[in-house]
Amino acid sequence: MSPEEAAELMDRELIFELPNDLQCIEDAVEFVVSRCSTCQDVARRLRFNFRVSLVEALSNAMIYGNGRDPAKRVRLEVRLQPGRLTARVTDQGPGFNPLRVPDPTAPENLLEEGGRGLFLMRKLMDEVHYNDRGNSVTLILHLTRPAAFRDQATA
Amino acid sequence: MAFDVKRETGEVVIVDVEGQLIVGNRQELKQAILAELEGGSRKFLVDFTNTGYIDSSGLGVLVSLSKKIREQGGELRLSSLNEDLRTLFELTKLDTLFRIADSREEGLQDF
Repeated sequence: MSPEEAAELMDRELIFELPNDLQCIEDAVEFVVSRCSTCQDVARRLRFNFRVSLVEALSNAMIYGNGRDPAKRVRLEVRLQPGRLTARVTDQGPGFNPLRVPDPTAPENLLEEGGRGLFLMRKLMDEVHYNDRGNSVTLILHLTRPAAFRDQATA
Repeated sequence: MAFDVKRETGEVVIVDVEGQLIVGNRQELKQAILAELEGGSRKFLVDFTNTGYIDSSGLGVLVSLSKKIREQGGELRLSSLNEDLRTLFELTKLDTLFRIADSREEGLQDF
């Protein structure tokens, strides 16, 4: 893909409305990642950091945000712009305060089964932002070279 | 994604994680290992040679299983984590909870 072609494909957005079903997460994440064509130095972070973080954001939205309510939905918006890949995940819940999540690496929390999702997102992504209500999280991966969505998903 | 549970060398139960260990399939792994624990097995090695990625739910289920196995006097070891997976355990400090071997063979040593 030439830089001109890449520039043309940039600034596009993929938008999904997902059912509140944990079984959908893996396929949704694989679809998004397969549509992102990017340079080698970002590919590894896309394959691992972005995948894990997007799974965390979607599962938090379905389990905690929407309270596992099958009638609710989760909105996923993925955007490629010059220098960044952004994924915004929004649930239909009342929101929460991300500042009140305890440190999962503290000795007293190390044996807890849960509580590592937000921590991992913050460690693996370049930026993580919540809206004021706390029901929408934005994950940002910095890109050092042009990237673009593929027109069709690849296996 | 699938979990292959087998007993290759004596009393150690080896579990291969194929694909992902995430929120959508962690219960399968939990049930498979708990069934072996209830059946009397006490030594478990989870091998990640063919694993793409793990999320916090996957990490959590390993912590939970390790606690249950230790309560029964057993041990859960991990092996063959690639660099990315190992980083997850280091970031979360879970590398201090588990014995993590570079290879399956190393994980089986002195078990």
